[in-house]
Amino acid sequence: MLLNKDQLINWLNKLMQAYQVFVPVKEGDYFCFKQINSGDQVILYYTNSKVPPKEVLFPRSEKLFYYRCENDGVQLTEQIDESKKIIVGLRPCDAKSLLLLDSVFSSDKYQDPYYLTRRNNTVLVGLGCNQPAATCFCTSLGGGPFATEGLDLLLVDIGDRYVVEVLTERGRELLSGMELPAADQEAQEAARVVKEGASLSSQVNLEGLKSKLDVNFYDPIWDMIHEKCLGCAACTYTCPTCHCFDIVDEAAGNEGCRIRNWDACMFPLFTLHGSGHNPRPTGKERFRQRVMHKFKYFVDNFNAIACVGCGRCIINCPVNLDIREVLAEIQGSEVRSDKQ
Amino acid sequence: MKNPYLPLPMRLVKNFVETEDKLIHTFTLEFLNEGDEKSFQYLPGQFAEVAVFGVGEAPFGIASSPTEPGYLKFSVAKVGVVTTALHQLPEGTILGVRGPLGNSYPIEEFKGKNLVVIGGGFAFTTLRSLITYILHPDHRGDYGELTVIYGARNPGLLLYKDELAEWEKRSDINLVCTIDRPVEGWSGRVGFVPAVTKEVAPSAENAYAVICGPPVMIKFTMPVLEELGFPPERIIMSLENRMKCGIGMCGRCNVGNKYVCKDGPVFTRAQLNQLPNEY
Repeated sequence: MLLNKDQLINWLNKLMQAYQVFVPVKEGDYFCFKQINSGDQVILYYTNSKVPPKEVLFPRSEKLFYYRCENDGVQLTEQIDESKKIIVGLRPCDAKSLLLLDSVFSSDKYQDPYYLTRRNNTVLVGLGCNQPAATCFCTSLGGGPFATEGLDLLLVDIGDRYVVEVLTERGRELLSGMELPAADQEAQEAARVVKEGASLSSQVNLEGLKSKLDVNFYDPIWDMIHEKCLGCAACTYTCPTCHCFDIVDEAAGNEGCRIRNWDACMFPLFTLHGSGHNPRPTGKERFRQRVMHKFKYFVDNFNAIACVGCGRCIINCPVNLDIREVLAEIQGSEVRSDKQ
Repeated sequence: MKNPYLPLPMRLVKNFVETEDKLIHTFTLEFLNEGDEKSFQYLPGQFAEVAVFGVGEAPFGIASSPTEPGYLKFSVAKVGVVTTALHQLPEGTILGVRGPLGNSYPIEEFKGKNLVVIGGGFAFTTLRSLITYILHPDHRGDYGELTVIYGARNPGLLLYKDELAEWEKRSDINLVCTIDRPVEGWSGRVGFVPAVTKEVAPSAENAYAVICGPPVMIKFTMPVLEELGFPPERIIMSLENRMKCGIGMCGRCNVGNKYVCKDGPVFTRAQLNQLPNEY
């Protein structure tokens, strides 16, 4: 299908009648996904958003329930968001990250109704990357600038038009009533050229990495590799697959609410026991945890690496700690598996 | 979709000062709504998230046993914000409880076996649950000899003193209580748990050891158990990492690829040997 760029705003306005529509918008110097109330707020010429669109489904801060204590009991009111949503313009790497988050929030025994309800009610319209950033390495993780995994529609920018790839029935429904023409041969050819031109300059060698991480927990490499890290957690807060959270109460008199907020394994208090003992007492253990979680533990548990190569942790690190270099150093290190 | 974050309302019916230093209280909670007790089917070793509304929630091992219907018990040390608030609560307060969470002691595997239960300090809570379960007339016949070695710094810091006195009188449990230093009026043993374990020397034959206590006690008791012949597969331990969600999502309590809240808190020594020492 073909969507003229000047039709985009009308399409978004139409979608807004039935959905909350989230698109990339410019805020200050960076891009982020926000709900819009007019189609002309959309900006689709961005490289990547500062904060990943996971926050639409897993907000930075959300109320789980309200409570009101009464003399003989407590009244609980769940706050599950059942509104229908569309995210338009998310990058393929971010779409893939949601598939990884699905594994976390839905296990055999427990389902997270807050994330999963939003997830089931959200349609994903991707935007292929004509010009990936220098920090992108999605292809090393099995993705690609025009990968379609997890998406309902994919837009391919061919200049004044988008070639719309329909990937699911849910995606097709979004286009109903638009009477879009099928992509002609010229448009298809233009899309092919764009896709071929979207080359990534950076690659990460993941071969053998997992088997190395399986045995190098006590390797001295961890003593050095974390040294630059400030523990600021910019990497985790901007990572599309990080999902750690905290749960707190906010009270006013006999009523209040329970809230969950994003949290990060890079913070010293994250694992501090009530006894005062901290299993990850220094930056070394915390940095190791982050690498291990993404490239070993997640693979052990869900058979997938918890990284999509979006490069945000590289761009946003205040001391230029580069996960690609970290992985290369681990790759190049000698295997030592002695237990301390 | 069942919401695992919603607590069940429970009434605090007893806030009992357990130890002479007043730092441990035992809370008895009753289910407020009919049917909730049925949905809260637990086994010894499991834990629950207990919430003081407006302050927050924290995970505690369940000290009561499923053989004690009608209530749950938690023995809690005053160490942080939630526990301090709990200690100050008047009886009658409504609390929230989520659970039961985590795995349990392998009570099926224990059947037909002798058990050596070793506890130290206030970590005796879930061990109380296990012992009470085994001593119940419906279950006692399923298990062999039961030896309990329980240590505290002084007699005033022992938990569940009334029950210890009752167990002392029974012939189907060999209870050995010990304190660190001699105290006037104490007729029991004196000495640290590892040394006392060595003296008592429970047989490892056809036996499991269940151990819960401060890390230093575990560290020095472990070689004794090994010396006695307990293989790592038959030494059962319980971890207590910090947690929030209790259901394997908040990403806080993992040790290697295992989540203490979901895959534990009960692990065998053999399982822990396979994991990094981040606990």
